[in-house]
This record gives sequence, C-alpha cells and structure tokens, in this order.
Amino acid sequence: MAGATNSQHRNFGTGSQPARPVYIVDGARTPFLKARGKPGPFPAAELAVGCGRQLLTRQTFDPSAIDEVIVGCVMPGPDEANIARVLALRLGIGNDVPAYTVQRNCASGMQALDNAAMEIAANRAHLILAGGVESMSHCPVLYNNEMVNWLAALAGAKSLGQRLRVFSQLRLKHFKPIIGLLRGLTDPVVGLSMGQTAENLAYRFNISRQQMDEFAVRSHQRLAAAQDQGHLNEIEPLYDYSGKFYDNDDGLRRDSSVEALGKLKPVFDRPFGAVTAGNSAQVTDGSALLLLASEHAVQEYKLPVIGQIKDSQWSGLEPAQMGLGPVHAITPILQRQQFQLKDVDYWEINEAFAAQVLGCLAAWEDDDYCKNELGLDTTLGTLDQQRLNVDGGGVSIGHPVGASGARIVLHVLDVLKRNNAKRGIASLCIGGGQGGAMLVERV
Amino acid sequence: MTITTYNHWKITRDTDGITWLHLDKADTNTNVLSNDVVIELGAIVETLTQTPPKGVVILSDKASGFIAGADIKEFTGYTTKEIALVAVRRAHQVFNRIEDLPCPTVAMISGFCLGGGMELALACKYRVAEDGPKTKLGLPEVKLGIHPGYGGTVRSIRTAGVFAAMDLMLTGRTVDARAAKRMGLVDHAVPLRQLRVAARAMVITPPAKRPLAVWLRLVNYRLLRPWVANILRKKVAARAPQDHYPAPYALIDLWQKYYDDPFLMLDQEAQSIAQLSCGHTAQSLVRVFLLQEQLKALGRSEDFHPHHVHVIGAGVMGGDIAGWCALRGFTVTLQDQKKEALANVIKRTHGLFKKVIKDRLLVTRAMDRLVPDPKGNGLKRADVVIEAIFEDAEVKRTLFKSIEPQIKPQAILATNTSSIPLDELNTVLTKPSRLVGLHFFNPVSKMPLVEIVQSPTTDKTVAQQAAAFTKQIDRLPLPVSSKPGFLVNRILMPYLMEAMLLAEEAVPLASIDAAALKFGMPMGPIELADTVGLDICLHVAENLGKSMNIEVPARLRQMVQAGHLGRKSGRGFYEFKNDKALKPAIPSGYHQPDDMEHRLIFRMLNEAVACWRDTVVESIDHADAGIIFGTGFAPFRGGPFHYIFHMGVKPMLQLLEQLQQRYGARFTPDRGWATLDSKK
Repeated sequence: MAGATNSQHRNFGTGSQPARPVYIVDGARTPFLKARGKPGPFPAAELAVGCGRQLLTRQTFDPSAIDEVIVGCVMPGPDEANIARVLALRLGIGNDVPAYTVQRNCASGMQALDNAAMEIAANRAHLILAGGVESMSHCPVLYNNEMVNWLAALAGAKSLGQRLRVFSQLRLKHFKPIIGLLRGLTDPVVGLSMGQTAENLAYRFNISRQQMDEFAVRSHQRLAAAQDQGHLNEIEPLYDYSGKFYDNDDGLRRDSSVEALGKLKPVFDRPFGAVTAGNSAQVTDGSALLLLASEHAVQEYKLPVIGQIKDSQWSGLEPAQMGLGPVHAITPILQRQQFQLKDVDYWEINEAFAAQVLGCLAAWEDDDYCKNELGLDTTLGTLDQQRLNVDGGGVSIGHPVGASGARIVLHVLDVLKRNNAKRGIASLCIGGGQGGAMLVERV
Repeated sequence: MTITTYNHWKITRDTDGITWLHLDKADTNTNVLSNDVVIELGAIVETLTQTPPKGVVILSDKASGFIAGADIKEFTGYTTKEIALVAVRRAHQVFNRIEDLPCPTVAMISGFCLGGGMELALACKYRVAEDGPKTKLGLPEVKLGIHPGYGGTVRSIRTAGVFAAMDLMLTGRTVDARAAKRMGLVDHAVPLRQLRVAARAMVITPPAKRPLAVWLRLVNYRLLRPWVANILRKKVAARAPQDHYPAPYALIDLWQKYYDDPFLMLDQEAQSIAQLSCGHTAQSLVRVFLLQEQLKALGRSEDFHPHHVHVIGAGVMGGDIAGWCALRGFTVTLQDQKKEALANVIKRTHGLFKKVIKDRLLVTRAMDRLVPDPKGNGLKRADVVIEAIFEDAEVKRTLFKSIEPQIKPQAILATNTSSIPLDELNTVLTKPSRLVGLHFFNPVSKMPLVEIVQSPTTDKTVAQQAAAFTKQIDRLPLPVSSKPGFLVNRILMPYLMEAMLLAEEAVPLASIDAAALKFGMPMGPIELADTVGLDICLHVAENLGKSMNIEVPARLRQMVQAGHLGRKSGRGFYEFKNDKALKPAIPSGYHQPDDMEHRLIFRMLNEAVACWRDTVVESIDHADAGIIFGTGFAPFRGGPFHYIFHMGVKPMLQLLEQLQQRYGARFTPDRGWATLDSKK
C-alpha cells in the first residue's frame, strides 16, 4: 500500500494567480479519432495544422500578430521534432515567430496553456497560440538495441567475408520491436503500466468493476447526448487525402451497456483485475488549440473573451497512485481561492480510467486521505457528478495524451457558457505521479 | 580584375585568368539571343580566339535566368528563307567558334535556359546548373513550329543521346537541373551557393568528358537510325500530324540522314530551320506566342498584391479554381456547406499536386494553403472572392447580397458564371461596380485562359485588378464584355450544336470528331461535349438561345433527361470506360459529307466575326488569342481571324454563303464580314 506522501508539508505559496490577466479568446479542436491498430489518417502535425488553420481563419487579426506558439505533445513523430515550430511554420504564422514544444505526459496540452499564461502574465507576450496534439496511432515502433548493434556491425563490415559473418549472426530476437506506445504508457521508474496504477486506486478505495463499467456507460451516453444536441461546436472537421472527412469523435459507442462491458477481459492485471479497455480512456488521435491574449491584445484586436485563466497548479505524488493527481492539484487551488467543491460550477476531470476518476472523488470523501495525504482538517466532501464531465470524457471521447489538457480547458468554458455559469476547473492525472489543474472563469 | 563593357555583354577577368562573360541584355528584364546580342558575342569570341584565356564562363546578370531563347519578335521579319538564313548562319558561326576555343568553356545556368540559350550552353564544353525551383532547361522550339537551329540538334544528341535529346526537342518540355543532370545535359546540378565554385572547378581542373553509353552510341549508327527514326515518327504522329506540324518530322529526318557528318548536319539544320521559320505554321505559332505575351501584359500591375482567395462552391469548377490558386501560392479558403464536396476537392487537389510538384514537402505546404471552410470564415479575410456556385441568377443574387457586407471593402468580388450577364447579378449589391467576372475553363489546371468579364457598370480598376490576379495565378486574362456567352462559349456552342445536328443526320460520331481533329482541333466536338457535360452544354445553349439563333438538337435534351451527361456519368454520346471514350468504328466504305469540316468550322468562324463586330472583345488579336487559348482552336492556324485572312476574306465569305444556301439561316454571314473585308 502506498505510503503517505509528503504533500501535507508543502507550502503552496500565496497563490499563482497571474500578475496580469490572461484571457482565452477562442479555441478549436479536431474530432478525436480512435486508433485502430495501425497508423490513422493523420500524423500529429496534420492534426494540429488541420485544427489551427481553421482557428486562425476565423480571427480578425493576421496570423503574424501571434507572438509565440506553444504546443504540448508527448511523442511527436520522427519528422516532427519541435512540433510547435512545425505547426507555426505550416500555418504561415511567420519565420520570425518563435515556437516551442512542452512535455508533461498526459497534461502536455495544459502545460502549454500554463506556459502561455505565464508569458502573458509576465508581459512577455500578448497573443499566443497554445494547446496540444497527439497522434497515438502514429507512435513509433522502434528497433531494439540488439538490432541497432547488429546494423552497426553490418555498416562496419568491409569485406564480403565480414558481411557474411555479420549476416550469420542475425537472429529472430533481433526483429522483436519496441512498441513506443506501450513503453510510453508504462511508468519508467516504478515499472507499472498506467492501467495497473488504476487497479491500485480501485483496490485502495474499493471501487468495483460494476461501478467502473457504469461510469463508462454514462460517459458514452453523455457524449452521445452532446453530439445529438449539437454541443460540440468546438470541433472543426478534418479532411484526409482519400476523399473522407471526419467531423465527430468516432470512439463513441452508442450501444455501450454494463452487460456488454462486463464481458470484456481485464487487460492490465490478468486475469483478476477490473480495469478493461472498455472502462479506460481510448487510445486516440487529436488536437486542441486555444488562443490566449493579454488585456492589450484583447483591446487592440477587439477579441471576444470566452474566459480568463485565474489559477493553475501542478502537484506530485507517488507514481503508483498517479490517478489521484487531480486531487493533489485541485485541492491547493480550492484552498487558495477559499472555495468548497460546490463553489465550482462545472468540472472536467480527464477520464484516464473510470477507476481513477472515481478514485479522486472517493479520496475527497475519505477522512483518512484528506487528513493524512492532503493535510486537511476534514474531508472536502462530495463532488456533484451532474457537474462533472457533462459531455463525456476520455472513456468515450478518447485521450490523445498531448491534446486532452487543452481540450478540457476549452470544453469547460463551453459548458460554462451554455449554462450561463461562471467558474470551472479542468484537471488531469499525469503518468509518473503528478496532477495538473486550471481554474477558469467567464468574464 | 579587369572589366570590359559592351552594349549587352560585360567581360571580367579574375585573378585566376578566367574570363567571365556576363550577358545583361540592354533595356529588358530577360536575356534573349537577339541578332545584336549574337553579333556582339561574335566580336568577343573573336578576341578570345586570338588570345585564349585560361577558361571562359558564360553567365547571366539577370534575375530572371540565363537565356530564355532567341528573340521571337525577330521571327516575324523572316519573310523569306534567305533572310532567315543570314541570322541562322551568323549564330552557327559564333557558336562553332565557341566550341573551338582551346580552353575550358562553361555555361553557368540558373533560371531559364531555353532554346537558343540551351544551344549556347551546349556549345560550351561544360554546363553547371543551379538546383533550384526556377531553373528550367529545354529546347522548346517545336512549340513555335521550328526545331533548334543554332546547332542544338547536333549537340543535344551528342551530349545526351538521341532519346533524351529528341524527347526534349519533340515535346518541347522543360526539365529541372536534377533531371538535366540525369539526362547528361548538364555536368553538375548544385545549389546556388556552390554554382560559382562548380563553374570555376570546371576550368581549374577540367574533368574528362564522359562518353555516351554504349547503347546510345549504337542507336546513332547509320543502319539503326531509320528504324529508331520510324519509332519516333510514329510517336510524333499521334500528337502532331505532319501536314500541320512539319518541324518534328524535319528534325527526325535531319538526324536520320546526316548524323554521321556533324558539319553537314549543322548545315542542313540551318537550311531546315530557315525554311521552317518562314513557313505558315511557324509564323502562326509565333503569332500565338506573341498573342500570349500580349495577354500576359494585360495582367501587369504593380499595386495589386492579393494573398487570400476565398472560393464559394466546391463543385468541379470551384474546387479546381481553389486548388489552382493554392498551387500558385495563395492562401485559399473553399466554402461549401457540403463537407463531402470539400473532401472530394481535397482528394482531387492532392492528386493534382502530387503530379505537378515533385518535392513531397512542397506538396504538403501547398495542401496546407487550401483550407476547407464549411462556415465561410475566410470571407472576411479574403482579397479575392470568387463565386462558383450553381448557374442560377436568383441563387447567386441571394448569395451576393448576403456576402457583400462581410467582405473587405477593397476585395475583388468575382463570379465564375459562364452565361449570366453581370448586370443581372450586380443589382443587389450596394456597390454594383465592384462585381467582375472571372470565367475559368475546365479543367483549370490545363486551360490557360480566364475571361475577365466586365459590364458597362464594372469599375475599370476592378477589372484591371482581376486581370492582374489572373496573371499572378499564371493564367492568361482576356477582357470580354458581359454579353451572353462572352467569347469562348459563344463560339463553341454553334460548333457543338452543328456537330450534334450532324449526329442526328446519322453521320458516325467518330467521323465527326475525326473531321475536327483533321482541321487541327485538340479534341472532336462530340467528345468535347461529353467532356464538358451534356447538362452544362444544354444549359448554356438554352441560355444563349435567348439572344442568338441556336437550334438545340432534340437528342441533347433526351440524353440529359435520361441522365446521360457525358464523361462524368459514364455515358453521353459515347460510352466511357476508364475515363476514355469508346468510339464505335466508322463503317468501312462510309463516305462522310464533303462539307462536314466546313459546316463545323464555319459556324465557329461566323460567330467569331459576330463577337468581334459585337465588341465582345476589343480587337481581332484578342479574339484570336481567346479562341486559341479558350477552345484550343488549331494553333498552327493562328486563330480564326488569322485563318480567314490567310485563306482570303472573300473566298471564305463565299463558302459561308454556299452553306447558307444549303442549310439556311444558321449560316447567314454576320454583318461583320463586310467590315472585315474592308480592313484587309
């Protein structure tokens, strides 16, 4: 069982409220496209360009007005080194506009927004294109080290005899690939897969398979309702080169049911575990990009403000409990802002695993966890699930790791607007044992 | 470093003893080998022969490139073979002396290196070319009805082998530096930063010349040549019949007969080119070239620099226009509510880009510029807005009314209508003078003409900007007035209808098409109608029928009603298989009507005269240019008016009157023929 973290000893400071206001003025995302066992129609750069050019086309300002481009991406393709720069150049923002890529695993997209917010707060920039992208279906498959050594030996062989000798050393094991995606989803320090960390939470808070599957079904139902009611205006369609277009998240299972999900086998703790492909986030390709602006830029270009970034928080915890990251990131914000859970109108907590979101909710209700792990005097109480992930989440929409952090910030603003509400929090758990959260408000 | 300056040439000698011959033709942006440039070069080579330097590098001081070719304007003065021969022999002499210089000679090529320029380069021992997007090498003389005449026939075959050289000379296509290197046409293809280094290296350490591959030497043998020559002739005959295009056949003959003796072949080349260049085909094609320059000049404008084009309507035309503009470097938003249509355009455009752009990364960049825009967000950003929706005046008016308030006040607002007069569309605008027609032809990537349609209401500046935009997307602007059918469709329709009437008279379809091909049209009228789409033909014909005498054949209506729309539906007059028309064979022993060609062509000629008289175009030159570039009208005939004048106005009018007697009103000579007569 996990030992106590030392977070109760941390000093969270007086607050990370930005020194100057940071506004979100627009945002868009691609449909999230489920990876189906082979490279999907779009590499990461295509996803981001497809999203970004739509976003920029509808602006009143010229793309060259943008001061910086910041993109979160966990595993860009081999031709996508510093993918933010690739994006900036391909969008025609201009050679003279700098761009950088950030990586904080599952929260990379939110990290990009936070970096942008910090730059605007510090008066270093006025207008920033920031967000995230991931094409998990294009995640590279690598040669293993033995193969690399063999290839090096072959390249070094000069004579025919030497070459023949090197060839004779080739074995079947050389061809065993390294699946980048699986490695990326395994904690490199404690060696657990992300799914196993979710099993940890289920164990700790007694979350049943039934509860997880019910959560998953609800996620699909909520996404289906959102699609049907036209609540996903944030999506800009993508067009591939073979004459197809994609205008909706295609991982949605309208026929999802607890019975059907109950038949799936556990994938991480075989054969006794409870976390299945059906109650985990889908492996998906997608991108979400936002435009962040300073007060100055809002006035100069007469930009419509859709929200303001009021606060953000990054926290660490034990890697084997990484799914509780949101608890550790959100709690300090609530403390700083002197909010209760009920003071936040709408929530987006990324659904990496059903067990993991349920674990977060359980932790806030758990006396022991709140006192010993969060250093609180009392429990935080119950989060109203009617205000959480109201249009579905990673389980139904998918979780392109670099993009989700940007998607949930964009989406919570949309939900706030739709309900004429004010305050929202978006948060994710992060592989490696971290949590990130962002507080936004409509102005 | 010493510098000697001539009128067109500048000579520098560097510390290594290398002489650099800079060509910077006076009073022009582009280097061409006009007579005075060649004469000066002759004088320079004379001095170089007397005191040979360590090496000679020929280069251009123009940004536009090395040398674009001979001075085509001078061709119009070659009225007899003797006059032409003087110029040709002079160039031969100068180029031969360059070839004979005892020192290494290098052509340093960047940008255009065409025709006479390529021939000059071939007279040098070495050629180094910049590996860049602007570099184009070729021997496109055949497009002017001639073949290389400054020793290029001999030297290109010697340098690159008969197949590569003939490929260039017979098709007139140009190649980039890398392809030229592969063909053996240049010794090095290097980035600009290494170009001078490479040229110098050729002089300092001259490499041994690589001989042609054995098999390429083999096919040059006397006994094999007739056999290879016949293969070449067959390939040419498929595209250019000898009656109309003698030059390629003359070129193949030259090689077959004289290759064993380079001096004789050079001499025969000079004779042949002198003969060809004063012939009707060459003179007509030179006219076509000059007409093209004339249209290009109409698009010259210093103060209109659009960046963003917004196209409304992702049908065939809208999609093609959008793709073409993206290819030419514009940011393009393509608006259509139907995402299927947008997706289709993306696929089609990607196919086109992959074909015409070699560099994979540049294909990506071009695709990035084409933005599907279902919501029309690009409207307010655009500098040029082109409407290409369904041909319905009311629908178009509604659209214009709704978009006018959204677009930039200085943006061009254009319609691609092919038949609706502007004054029926611009009434809903608060500023009717801003509407202009940009009438493209299908397929946009192959049809060079764009009709710039103006009504009396249209602002002249707007029309000028529309022409400038057309030039910037590498198409030819032709100003036409907004009268039904404008120029091209108005001329095509009677021709197509006549073909359909012939079909109703049970003339075999293939026979009708063959007659047009024989005249020199690029495609027969029946196949053309199927390609354009019978629904579109019917629509345009009915529209034009309101203002002119057009009989719409009943069969056309029937076929459209039955859903046989031509190529796009797989069946029209012809059946289509794999996008190819299956033409039923002409029954053996069938004798076609003697006046079939006249019936087809005179409908066009008569309408051309009517258009000119009706001031649809402002001059005979514009009419000829528009009809050649818009319909493909037999270029070697120099356009309908050039053809009429060549045959004689009077005899042509008589032929037309005979047709009128036989077939009635549709062949009534337009009253413009009378004034045409007095002009000539």
